[in-house]
Amino acid sequence: MWNDLIINVNGESVLLDALGAAFLPAHRALVVADMHFEKGSSFARTGQFLPPYDSRATLLKLAEAVGRHQPAVVVALGDSFHDGEAGGRIGAEERAMLDALARVAEWVWIAGNHDPKPPAWLGGRTAGEITFGGLTLRHEPHAELHLGEVAGHLHPCATAAKWGRSVRRRCFVSDGLRLVLPAFGAYAGGLDVRETPIAGLFAGPYHAYMLGRTRVYAMAHRKSA
Amino acid sequence: MFPEIFNAWFAARGWRPRPHQLALVDHAMRGESVLLVAPTGGGKTLAGFLPSLIDLAQKPKRARKAALHTLYISPLKALAVDVARNLETPAAEMALDIRIETRTGDTPLSRRQRQRHLPPDILLTTPEQLALLIAHPRAGQMFENLRTVVLDELHALYNSKRGDLLALGLARLSALAPAHRRVGLSATVKDPALLQRFLVPQRAGTEYLSELVVARGGARPEIEISASEEYVPWAGHLARHAMADVMAAIKTATTALVFVNTRSQAERTFQELWQLNDDNLPIALHHGSLAPEQRRKVEAAMTRGSLRAVVATSTLDLGIDWGAVDKVICIGAPKGAARLVQRIGRANHRLDEPSRALLVPANRFEVLECHAARAAVLAGELDGERPRAGGLDVLAQHVLGTACAAPFDAAALYEEVRSAAPYAALTRRDFDAVVDFVATGGYALRAYDRYARLRATPDGKYRLAHPRLAQQYRLNVGVIVEDPMVAIKLQGKGRPAGAGGRKLGELEEYFIEQLSPGDTFVFAGDVLRFEALREDAAYVTRASDPEAEIPSYNGGKFPLSTFLAQRVREMVSNPKSWAELPGPVNEWLAIQEARSTIPLPGQLLVETFPRNKRHYLCCYPFEGRLAHQTLGMLLTRRLERGNFRPLGFVANEYALCVWAARDMAAAKMDALFDQDMLGDDLDAWLADSNLYKRTFRNCAIIAGLIQRRFPGQEKSGKQVTFSSDLIYDVLRAHEPDHVLLRATYADAGTGLLDIARLSDMLARIKGRIVTRRLERVSPLAVPALLEIDKQMVAGAVDEDILHENEDALIRDAMRVE
Repeated sequence: MWNDLIINVNGESVLLDALGAAFLPAHRALVVADMHFEKGSSFARTGQFLPPYDSRATLLKLAEAVGRHQPAVVVALGDSFHDGEAGGRIGAEERAMLDALARVAEWVWIAGNHDPKPPAWLGGRTAGEITFGGLTLRHEPHAELHLGEVAGHLHPCATAAKWGRSVRRRCFVSDGLRLVLPAFGAYAGGLDVRETPIAGLFAGPYHAYMLGRTRVYAMAHRKSA
Repeated sequence: MFPEIFNAWFAARGWRPRPHQLALVDHAMRGESVLLVAPTGGGKTLAGFLPSLIDLAQKPKRARKAALHTLYISPLKALAVDVARNLETPAAEMALDIRIETRTGDTPLSRRQRQRHLPPDILLTTPEQLALLIAHPRAGQMFENLRTVVLDELHALYNSKRGDLLALGLARLSALAPAHRRVGLSATVKDPALLQRFLVPQRAGTEYLSELVVARGGARPEIEISASEEYVPWAGHLARHAMADVMAAIKTATTALVFVNTRSQAERTFQELWQLNDDNLPIALHHGSLAPEQRRKVEAAMTRGSLRAVVATSTLDLGIDWGAVDKVICIGAPKGAARLVQRIGRANHRLDEPSRALLVPANRFEVLECHAARAAVLAGELDGERPRAGGLDVLAQHVLGTACAAPFDAAALYEEVRSAAPYAALTRRDFDAVVDFVATGGYALRAYDRYARLRATPDGKYRLAHPRLAQQYRLNVGVIVEDPMVAIKLQGKGRPAGAGGRKLGELEEYFIEQLSPGDTFVFAGDVLRFEALREDAAYVTRASDPEAEIPSYNGGKFPLSTFLAQRVREMVSNPKSWAELPGPVNEWLAIQEARSTIPLPGQLLVETFPRNKRHYLCCYPFEGRLAHQTLGMLLTRRLERGNFRPLGFVANEYALCVWAARDMAAAKMDALFDQDMLGDDLDAWLADSNLYKRTFRNCAIIAGLIQRRFPGQEKSGKQVTFSSDLIYDVLRAHEPDHVLLRATYADAGTGLLDIARLSDMLARIKGRIVTRRLERVSPLAVPALLEIDKQMVAGAVDEDILHENEDALIRDAMRVE
């Protein structure tokens, strides 16, 4: 059984999927951040041979989210490709998977700092940011408060502890005014939500919505001194 | 055969060469490799070096060119330094013209470079440094005149990954210096043949052993077991009730070593002792998490003889001789007979006087364990070790190192590697998979061929693709993988977290991550309050509350040995042997016999009983916590399928208790404990096991898949170090047969999960399960049940932790089904 969580961000309903994607039901838009395609192969150039299956794993997860929510539009919130040459390194099979996904929905590629210029062969359109009702989707959150901002870039993670053990998971972060998405890429790292780049975005209390196996868990966070 | 100068030197000291020292010289004259098994205090190290000193003394320096004659390898760099110092004495007193040097990570670069061009006669070093030396293009010149390799404390090395690394290094040395012979020095071991085999090159199909010399045993140790006739705790590991005994024992000794099993125990014991220390005796603390300067200070004070006691963990199990130590106090479970012998041997390094030891059991099961261990030690019986096959991850590191020195021929290297005992059974297929892994990652999807680290030469060899890789290799060499550590910094009260602070030491990241601000814990002898985790450190203040809340970091690393477990089971099964136990323990077992039963030798007792609206199933395999935890995971899966609705379980060194919503007495125990649980259930569980992921991480680092973290290149803001868990998930999903996953599986068998031991246990108890359906809890079950609040493991524990922490308001208000 699959449970999703719906939260309110600046007056818009946002469904948080445990795969790490956000869905905007009113606009039938699926949003994923920081896929970092071909991060694995970017390490190979220096002799570190990570398993070359990260793009495939990320795409399989994306296909699952698309299948589940049937979006009209898919928005990739930037850093979809790990570097400028990633589009050239990606395997033929993975490219075919991307093409297949592009046929079932409209695609918007937001530019990120890792991929200011996405590969030329990519379908869909590119943009710096895009607006859906009260929400503005962009790659990097602004330091000052922008109501309804939905961003990626920061790769938030949170930790929960009990019985002498801790669990670290990727998470969404929101205070109801703005939302930061977790990284979607199989090899994307993480930054703790208590660290300044994330905690500093919120003036008051905020929630970390941690990704569980089949559901999202809401954890309250208050800024410590 | 003994040159006059040596006879004179022995005579001047009032000594005579011991028989085993003479025997080693004999074997050396015949050019034979030999293993010397001797207790501490037997002049073992001198015995190992005598033949080299004699040989060097007979060839004056003028008549020989600067060449490395003898290479000494120790598991500890401090020991290498200490042995070098001790070796200078005879060399100086006999005016031998011999250059003796050490080489460790602390040796200045200029000296290390000089040692390659102008080697000393005798070089003392560690397995890691040997790996670095042979990975150098000039290794051939450096070792061409090598005559002898001395391996110290071989019992502590041969059956570990460091032993694999050493064995591969020795195989290389055999190619570089075919004429050299080897001397192994070992404490008493159960099966010397395993070490004799390690010492000499193996060839397919036949087992070759080195010669063996066994020194006469020393005086029998005097081992006391502290016992209270009034009170023996049911559970716990702190032995608080016995601290007055411990203090009294310290007072009667010149210098005492107080051994405990974990760092948190060390901290607690140190605190408890100081509370009783009315005379202000100098008592110090020593464990691996303390800042190195602090540890060195303690060691120096110990050498000066200015301490009355040191509370220590296994960091002091091996190592430097401290002549003044005349009492060893072991708090808690001995875990193994060999380990106990080793620790007792730290007192009194003179062969003819008995070592004096006090064992302090902290709970009832530990009383049994202490008695069993003492009986074994006095009977001269020791634990055997399960020989492990050489790790493929270590081999991968070695293959890269070999390429750093010179291009290699795969077939020739395969033969060389198989001459190392741990790799004698290596298949060519596995070897080729490892070479392929080193070259391109070894993936079925040949994505990285163009970035290959090894490339073919025209004559069919493999060469290193880029000199930069040699530099990477040097930074990552070695098989000791530390858990990620976080610095602990102490701040004044009221200072903002993250500003300044004095570094107290380091703790495992996983311990720090489970703390919330305000939690208190004991570290470096103080109760500390956790304030905040920042990128560079965990910030703490001194807590005013003397009671720390967070009980432990890092549980015991060493499980109860199979051999000692067997002896404890025998003791429990034999009511006649209970007479020597303290009253409360005797009574405890007697009531168990009356209320439930005492299993016969070879049987496994399984009890079921209700308690507080739950149903319990408890069994007593005595196979150590790790094996029991694995068993607990697998049993709960089966009980789940059997619809008993298991809710959780608890495991300690001796027992496993599962609780469920339904009565498990209805389960078919033979089927429940059947060996087939080690098939699909095990695989399914491993996929998600944190311990398994940690095993993978270690293999991935050793094999060079991910690089080590170094101070100064830590987390740089948002892109945190590469998480091995992410790699594991992807690799397992897309290439489950990859060589690194095979290496991880092999490791898990003997390492963190003890699967091999569990498998042996299930085979042993087949058809010998005795069940008791009880109306209430049995005496034997109590210690494990008392631990329930301290640890709790359930099937889907990660999800449970998330669930427990959730903001329930939001969950209930916002959930859509």
